[in-house]
Amino acid sequence: MTLERFKRWLGSLPVHVVLLGLCFIWLLPTLGLLVTSFRPFQDVNETGWWQVFDPPKGAREYKQFCAACHGDHGNALPNADLSNPELVQRYRRSFTLMAALSQEINGQPHLGETPLPNENQAALIATYLRRLSGIEVRPRFTLDNYIDAIVGYRGTRNYRTDCAEGVQSVDLYCDWRDLGNPRGMGRALLNSLIVTIPATILPILVAAFAAYAFSWMEFPGRQWLFALLVGVQIVPLQMALIPVSRLYAQLGLNGTFPGIWMFHTGFGLPYAIFLTRNFMGSLPRELFESAFLDGASHWTVFTRLAIPLTVPAIASLAIFQFLWVWNDLLVALVFLGGTKPVLTYQISNLVTSLGGGWHLLTAAAFISMILPMIVFFAFQRYFIRGLLAGSIKG
Amino acid sequence: MAKEAAYVPNILRQGRWVPWLYLGPALVLMSVFILYPGLNTLYLSFRNQNGSDWAYTTCLAGQPCWGIFENYRYALTSSIMRTAFANNLKWILFMVSGTVLLGLLIATLADRVRYEALAKAIIFMPMAISFVGAGVIWKFVYDYGSSQVQIGLLNALITALGGRPVSWLTEPQINTLALIVVGIWMWTGFCMTVLSAAIKGVPTELLEAARVDGANEWTVFWKIRVPLILPTIAVVITTMIINVLKIFDLVYVMTGGNYGTEVIAYRLYIEMYTSYNTGRAAAIAMVLTVVIIPAIIFNIRRFRAQEAMR
Repeated sequence: MTLERFKRWLGSLPVHVVLLGLCFIWLLPTLGLLVTSFRPFQDVNETGWWQVFDPPKGAREYKQFCAACHGDHGNALPNADLSNPELVQRYRRSFTLMAALSQEINGQPHLGETPLPNENQAALIATYLRRLSGIEVRPRFTLDNYIDAIVGYRGTRNYRTDCAEGVQSVDLYCDWRDLGNPRGMGRALLNSLIVTIPATILPILVAAFAAYAFSWMEFPGRQWLFALLVGVQIVPLQMALIPVSRLYAQLGLNGTFPGIWMFHTGFGLPYAIFLTRNFMGSLPRELFESAFLDGASHWTVFTRLAIPLTVPAIASLAIFQFLWVWNDLLVALVFLGGTKPVLTYQISNLVTSLGGGWHLLTAAAFISMILPMIVFFAFQRYFIRGLLAGSIKG
Repeated sequence: MAKEAAYVPNILRQGRWVPWLYLGPALVLMSVFILYPGLNTLYLSFRNQNGSDWAYTTCLAGQPCWGIFENYRYALTSSIMRTAFANNLKWILFMVSGTVLLGLLIATLADRVRYEALAKAIIFMPMAISFVGAGVIWKFVYDYGSSQVQIGLLNALITALGGRPVSWLTEPQINTLALIVVGIWMWTGFCMTVLSAAIKGVPTELLEAARVDGANEWTVFWKIRVPLILPTIAVVITTMIINVLKIFDLVYVMTGGNYGTEVIAYRLYIEMYTSYNTGRAAAIAMVLTVVIIPAIIFNIRRFRAQEAMR
């Protein structure tokens, strides 16, 4: 490396350090969520997620006091096999273990020269022995949190264990019916899909018609109507909640899917029309003129020419609207609430009802994030185009 | 657009009702969900709790009363709303400056490295997550263990460095800032993307010319880049202020508005669905809308200017 190149490399070093540092900070919280969602619940509250690859609790103390004679796996002494659950069962409490350790073996102190462990250390060793002998076996990573979150399990152990022993709570059947448990994320995932798909397609469809009229038709008030539309884009939807929920109460639409579809359509329209019209209106004029001269009707031009050519804008819009509806909490909370819980609603409920249930919360949050993440990374280009095309809705 | 009309073939002028057929569904839906609610909210803001009588009937004898504007007295002067306004101001101040500055920094830095796309995707990723998901992610970061073990990243870091753990979400003053950090984490990607597009639009000859004249990077940045993208920065700031004013989900999930973390949009929800006071909720909604009106006008002006250039 020449001096010149080294100097240039040194000069750009701060750029890399700052940028990579920021990327690291940005990723870290999500990484924590992901790792935690795969850890057994006992571990989640015992150690931080960054310690996931550390040796299990008590391993160090075991090594210090026991491993020399009993071996790393506890089975070095045939007459005192610590990998045998029946034997360890007798010493599963720290005081029984302490009692055993303070007794002499063959006229010698149990630990020989080594001093006895203190209370704390004994408890840690007992914990480790339970793990070593298989009484309390738990893997480093598990899918149990996801299963528990999907079926809406709320017990103190996990769904599979409870079902195996037949002690599940009354609202669980331990078969496929649990996927539909109203407290579970499985049901919420389905509800979210039912809400999101029509609430994405409808505004795009309606907007395409309106955008065509704004781009290629003449009618009085076209200009000011469109300017009004631009302004309306950022009206806070909070403003509409009260009248619409009162209206819905009269029509019996509160807590129904059509109700929330229509609300999202209504509020998605200004931005959808704006974006589609900007794209449709900038298509080459000659194309439309020659079509009209050939005697094509508006309907033919709209379906055969305008729509196919506007697909890129429609793609941007679809991603935008999809993410917006999928991630929305407020509208779902007001118009669906607990009658048809969607993912965001279910998670916010989990947060308030089980403050420390991190194993369930992290799994639930991740379930809700998978689909938008896939959509985002697959269609990032369209998403950014939509973002740059106009102001943000809401 | 006016000049286009001259070119429009005859067929476009046929059938006066055809355009309204295409516009019809959109206009009906927007009338029902935006126009009607807007007017109705305005009306309800002058009515009592359940909209059955005018607002002045809720005035109490011997207490200040704004007559028909009684709900606005609550929305503008009650202590809980003042807290909400103060918090929203904090949100605007810290979140807007935080996201715009960080976005500008990252956009500028990413422009000079080969892994630009990856770095930008990482910063942008939180935009795809819901506020609820982000709330869970960060509640975990902020977790405060009363025992010795800290499973929250931040407190673990602090204890490892010998400090005392902090209960980030219940400590007044600190908790709003803790929430704002989450907002910054989510929205920096938006600012970065828009600003990055603007930065790439700055002609390279201009920058090169300045560099040849002996300007250092710092001068090039502040004297050439920033002034040239100033209009975009203004747009980003306006958009961010609007977004911040609507913040609701984060507060709902992370603190439930407790410990002094109220914001305007959250108060509105509480008045409506916990206190069942539509009058007050409507007044708060109107205040929120009025605050945003300047941005609406700004947007229309900008649109007009863009149209004129087409």
